[in-house]
Order: sequence, then structure tokens, then C-alpha cells
Amino acid sequence: MDRVKGLELTGAEIVVRCLQEEGVEFVFGYPGGAVLNIYDEIFKQDKVKHVLVRHEQGAAHAADGYSRASNKVGVCLVTSGPGVTNAVTGIATAYMDSIPMVILSGQVPTHAIGLDAFQEVDTVGVTRPCVKHNFLVKDIKDLAATIKKAFYLATSGRPGPVLVDIPKDITAAKHEFLYPESVAMRSYNPVVKGHAGQIKKAVQLLTEAKRPMIYTGGGVILSDAAPQLTEFVRLLGYPVTNTLMGLGAYPASDKQFLGMPGMHGTYEANMAMQNCDVLLAVGARFDDRVIGNPDHFAQNPRKIIHIDIDPSSISKRVKVDVPIVGHVPEVLEEMLKLLRAGSKRVAAADLAAWWKQIEEWRGKDCLKYDRNSEIIKPQFVIEKLWEATGGDAFVTSDVGQHQMWAAQFYRFDKPRRWINSGGLGTMGFGLPAAMGVQYANPGATVACVTGEASIQMCIQELSTCKQYRMPIKIVNLNNRYLGMVRQWQELDYGGRYSSRTWTRCLISSS
Amino acid sequence: MRHIISILLENEAGALSRVSGLFSARAYNIESLTVAPTEDPSMSRMTIVTTGSEDVIEQITKQLNKLVEVVKVVDLSEAEHIERELMLIKVRAGLKEREDMKRMADIFRGRVIDVSDNTYTIELTGDCAKLDAFIQALDAGAIIETVRTGASGIGRGNRVLRV
Ligand SMILES: Cc1cc2nc3c(=O)[nH]c(=O)nc-3n(C[C@H](O)[C@H](O)[C@H](O)COP(=O)(O)OP(=O)(O)OC[C@H]3O[C@@H](n4cnc5c(N)ncnc54)[C@H](O)[C@@H]3O)c2cc1C
Ligand SMILES: Cc1ncc(C[n+]2csc(CCOP(=O)(O)OP(=O)(O)O)c2C)c(N)n1
Ligand SMILES: [Mg+2]
Repeated sequence: MDRVKGLELTGAEIVVRCLQEEGVEFVFGYPGGAVLNIYDEIFKQDKVKHVLVRHEQGAAHAADGYSRASNKVGVCLVTSGPGVTNAVTGIATAYMDSIPMVILSGQVPTHAIGLDAFQEVDTVGVTRPCVKHNFLVKDIKDLAATIKKAFYLATSGRPGPVLVDIPKDITAAKHEFLYPESVAMRSYNPVVKGHAGQIKKAVQLLTEAKRPMIYTGGGVILSDAAPQLTEFVRLLGYPVTNTLMGLGAYPASDKQFLGMPGMHGTYEANMAMQNCDVLLAVGARFDDRVIGNPDHFAQNPRKIIHIDIDPSSISKRVKVDVPIVGHVPEVLEEMLKLLRAGSKRVAAADLAAWWKQIEEWRGKDCLKYDRNSEIIKPQFVIEKLWEATGGDAFVTSDVGQHQMWAAQFYRFDKPRRWINSGGLGTMGFGLPAAMGVQYANPGATVACVTGEASIQMCIQELSTCKQYRMPIKIVNLNNRYLGMVRQWQELDYGGRYSSRTWTRCLISSS
Repeated sequence: MRHIISILLENEAGALSRVSGLFSARAYNIESLTVAPTEDPSMSRMTIVTTGSEDVIEQITKQLNKLVEVVKVVDLSEAEHIERELMLIKVRAGLKEREDMKRMADIFRGRVIDVSDNTYTIELTGDCAKLDAFIQALDAGAIIETVRTGASGIGRGNRVLRV
């Protein structure tokens, strides 16, 4: 560990040294008065590289995309006041999908806080509901330890964005630099290892099931547990579905994969979720897009096993029979051990009958569309994209129908390849996220599947792509509509397409 | 159902607003909330009185535990506990009412801690129901001002909440 004993550094130098210690390669940011000292220090070294976006929302999405497409932490740097308020949408997006990310924000000098100073905003207050945790550094002696804590909190337990607000005078003050090697917090000790008794119970339920179903989500991606999950599912021979956030955790081209569940999911995945007798949920949170009304979902009797690192995800929307609080790969390893040791399935005939039923559902081919239509169908475009990229691209998306088509038709066989805003559903995410993805995977093919409306929400980042020569492929599924809104107006509002004309103007003038 | 939840949390600026923000953001009820440092000044003890179904209370305790600055959470109402609240109440006490008012305070084991020509200020402690009962027992017109601290709670016997 690099230590500068006795040597006094400025706060700005300390910030940059901390980033170096954390192995941060890229910071996505936008400068302003309160962070100029930090920018000056970034300029003086070359370990931490800065990527200048065109809007702070873009910085947050890029840092977020960087995290999602790697197992590193994305970092963004913004100035006080409008800098941070611009970043809020991006921070909330990362929060809803539990993405580890560190946001450094400038703040007015400590003596000016609370005086309605120029570009002052209560950053800790504004961001509190959409971060895992945030800090205001009031004393330079706490600076390094606070940044260390921020990285630790962002990546441990249920991950999430953590913000460190740094007043300008703190970046100028001097202090000895000591980067702590580890963090211990009496108030924060996430559980990692699952309860042995519960794990045993879960394995027993699973092996005795007649109609088992495995439902996995973002938690498997976030904890890099795709290998364990794949082994587990194959060993059991059970059907599996991945949520929108969990796509790629199990190879989509494998026949045990039933597609995505939920509102935009496949018939077979939903029917299997509904009719199974034992449901194993892994790092998935029974979202309303997935199970709809929890009371209706609960009407079919089934035993539910739920593995999640966050106790508050368990029994939040759906009552669970076997809760297992723990880190997905650890828990799956434990379950695999029991399975390998001989807890074999008893009734192979039941499983065969269950698969027969599932194949019947699958036979409906619910996602079929007209491949030969004169007008190219969006689904077809995604299938061609899959072909052209050998199914191996990193695909980001915006929000709308194009997002659902990409999720349904690009068969993700690997984790961290599908990058989208599921929880907040943020239009404008796709392009800046793709920038982060490209930085995390320099040689890789990165495609942003977007709609003609979404792309305009962060269109300014095209300029960033140009400046840094990022070879991002933008696939705009231009349906000349706020397609997803139109779809709802069709279904729920008797086809009253309020604001459609506006859409038309927008498109014809662009 | 009414629950009384005790929390140990880091005595840091902003910790209180994280707790109160959680309650408003997730639409949980707060009947009262009290907080003060403990014998260890780095830690505060908070008591929250809330109402909700068993599911909601379970989520409340889980969500509280999830806050980074929260060290420990216990639902006191799950077992034997004691709760106390302090009320200061200013009442009309002219020559006519004085004696009655004093007697009423005595019945509730309250103490008159300030006197003026036409008022008494009475200090009363007890569980919330007792303070409510005192207010009920008075003539509404007799009450000039009330201040209540909200309940503080502690487990009975060996049941303790500490790190
Ligand atoms: C227009 C639109 C339509 C949508 N339609 C659908 C749809 O049809 N189907 C669908 O599935 N989604 C859909 N979504 C997405 C939906 O809104 C939710 O974002 C998504 O379903 C949540 O995914 P998840 O359950 O995997 O949970 P995530 O949000 O990915 O949460 C991850 C869970 O894993 C846990 N976890 C994290 N790390 C670990 C770890 N290390 N160990 C254990 N557990 C961990 C977390 O605590 C959390 O509970 C749609 C979104 C949009 C914008
Ligand atoms: C920032 C933001 N504003 C509004 C919405 C609501 N919304 C969801 S999808 C959608 C339409 C998206 O249109 P487009 O990008 O063209 O995608 P399409 O559905 O047509 O494929 C809107 C307005 C949103 N998700 N995000
Ligand atoms: Mg569109």
C-alpha cells in the first residue's frame, strides 16, 4: 500500500490518490467551480483518466454502464448545485438497479454551507433517497477514510451508488495522506453466508418438487454467479427464467431457458412461474412488472425459496417459505455441494411430465412475428444485430418497446452483456451507458438499441463519442412514436393517443 | 397494530433525517419519535411509535436495519417492556379551579412545577395511555398548552439493546 507518511497533501491531491489506490482508471465528469482543485490534480497525473461528458446525467449513466459491464466501480465527478442536480436521474437509475458506483460532488466551502451560497444545494438531502449512502466531508482528516468507506459500501452487501460531497475548502486544506487498508463499521455488516439449515431445507424442497421453477434476477449478475447458476440449473435439469435485469445469467440459447418472465416476458415463463409447485428465486425481487398483483400471484399454492443478500427484499411483495439471506455464489455453492453429495431427484417421471407441459406452452411461440413483411420489423432488426455481432456484443438500451424487443430477441448467453435501466426505466440511459461500457471493454463491440424519442434525451453525448472516438453502434428503432406510451394508450385509454401530434412534429422536424 | 421500535444509531449529523426520510418515503406511520445520545456519546437511542400490519412492521424493521448508520433495531412490543412519556401541561388554575386541579394532578401522580396567578404547569410521566387519560379527564377549556416528548421504551429485565 502506497503511503506518504508525514507528507501533507491537499484535499484535492488526497482525492486523486484515493482513486489511484482504488485502481480507478476512468472518471466520467464535468467541471465547475467547486471541483476545480480536483480537476487540477487530475490534470497533473495520468493514472486516473477523465472523460468529459456533455451533461452530468451522461456522467452518471456512463459510470453506471462502466460498472454494469465489468466488475469494477464506475466513478463520476460533478460540481456543486446544478452539477449534482443534473446527475440525480443517473444516480437514481443506478440505485434502483443496485449498481455499485461512487459519485464525487463538489460543495460550496464549509463556512458558506447553509447561507444560500452561489451554486449551493443540499446535496446530501437531495440525493439521500436515491443512494445507498452519502457523506458530507466536513473535516479534511476524514477525507481519505470517507472515500474508502464509499467504495466499500458501494460494492459490498446489496451494491448501490454512494456519494461523497466535498466542500471546496476541504480540497484546498492540507493533511497527511493515509489510505486505510480495510473498513470496519459496527453499524454495517452484510450477511454473506447463507443459513445452513435453510439451505438444507431448500435443497430438499427442490429435489422433492414435482413442478419446479427457477427464477433469477439482477442479483446473479451483480454477484458474478452465472457459472454457479448454470451448473446448478443443468445439474437439476429444471426450467429457468431470467428477469430483465438477470438476462445472460443463464445462456438464453439453452433449451432449459424459458425466456424472460413478466409483463413483456414469454408465455411459457409466466405459465411456469404461475403453475410451479416449488419456486426458487435467486437475486430477484418479485417486481410488479414480473408478477403483477401479488394477491393474484399468491392464489396459486406453491412453496417459495428466496435467496437474497438484502433481507428487506425477502417477503416484501410475496410471502416466502424458505428465506435465505446471503451472497448468491456462496449460497449456490453450498446447495451444489449438497446436490453433488447425493440429494438426487426422486421422481423423474414428474419432471418429464412438467417439461411436456412446458413444451406445450412453448409451442405457442408467443414471440412469433411476420419475418417476411415488407416493412422491416423491429424484432427482425434485433435478430440481425445478433447475427452480425455473433451474439457477443454488449448491448445497451433505452426505455420503451425497443428495449423489450432487444431483451426478447437478442439471446444473451453471457452475463453483463445486456445493459439497461430496469427499475427506474430511464429514457436517455442507453447512449451514455454505452460509453461507460466501451471504456470498460475497449476492444468489444458495443451497440446501443434505442428509440427515436429516447435517444434525444442524452443526444448531446454523441459529441463525447466523437471526441473520444468511441466506436459505439447506435441502432435506432424508429417507429415514429413514443411506442410504449402508445401501446398503453391503446390498451388502457381506448386509443386516445394524447400527445401523438407532438410526437409527429418532433419526428418530422428531426 | 401499535408497535414501539427501539433503535441504536450512530450519533451523526443526518442520521435522524435518514430515519424520518425512510418513514415518509415509504409511507410508514410515525406516531412519535424521540432521540438522544446514550451513555456512549457516539451513539444515539431512538424510540419510534408506529402502527401497521405485521408485514409492514417487518418491512419497517428490515428497512431500518438497512440504513448504514443504524447499529441495532428491536421491536420492543414483541416482548415485555416499559414505556414512559413526559408531558408538560399548562392549565387554567384561577382561585376557583386551583384545588380541583391540584387534586387531579395528584390522582395521576403529576407534579405542579410552575404556578402563576391563573395557571399551573403540571409535569406528568407515564405511558401514552395515561397521559391521554389525564387530558381526557380535564375540561377541554382548562388546557392552555401541552408538550409531550413521545414515548421512550426499554425492555424489561434482562432484555437489553446495546452493542
Ligand atoms: C418498460 C419496462 C418494462 C419492464 N418489463 C419487465 C418484464 O416484463 N419482465 C421483467 O422481468 N422486468 C421488466 N422490467 C424491469 C422491472 O421494472 C425490474 O427492474 C426488474 O424486474 C427487477 O429485476 P430483478 O427482480 O432481477 O431485481 P434487481 O432490481 O436486479 O434486484 C436485484 C436483487 O438481487 C439482490 N442482490 C444483489 N446483490 C446480491 C448478491 N450478491 N447476493 C444475493 N442477492 C443479491 C438485491 O438485493 C435485489 O433484491 C421492465 C422495465 C421497464 C422499464
Ligand atoms: C425520462 C423518461 N420520461 C418518460 C418516460 C415514459 N416513457 C416510457 S417509454 C416512453 C416512450 C419511448 O419512446 P421511444 O424511445 O421512441 O421508444 P419506443 O417505445 O417507441 O420503442 C416514454 C415516454 C420514461 N421512461 N423516462
Ligand atoms: Mg419510438
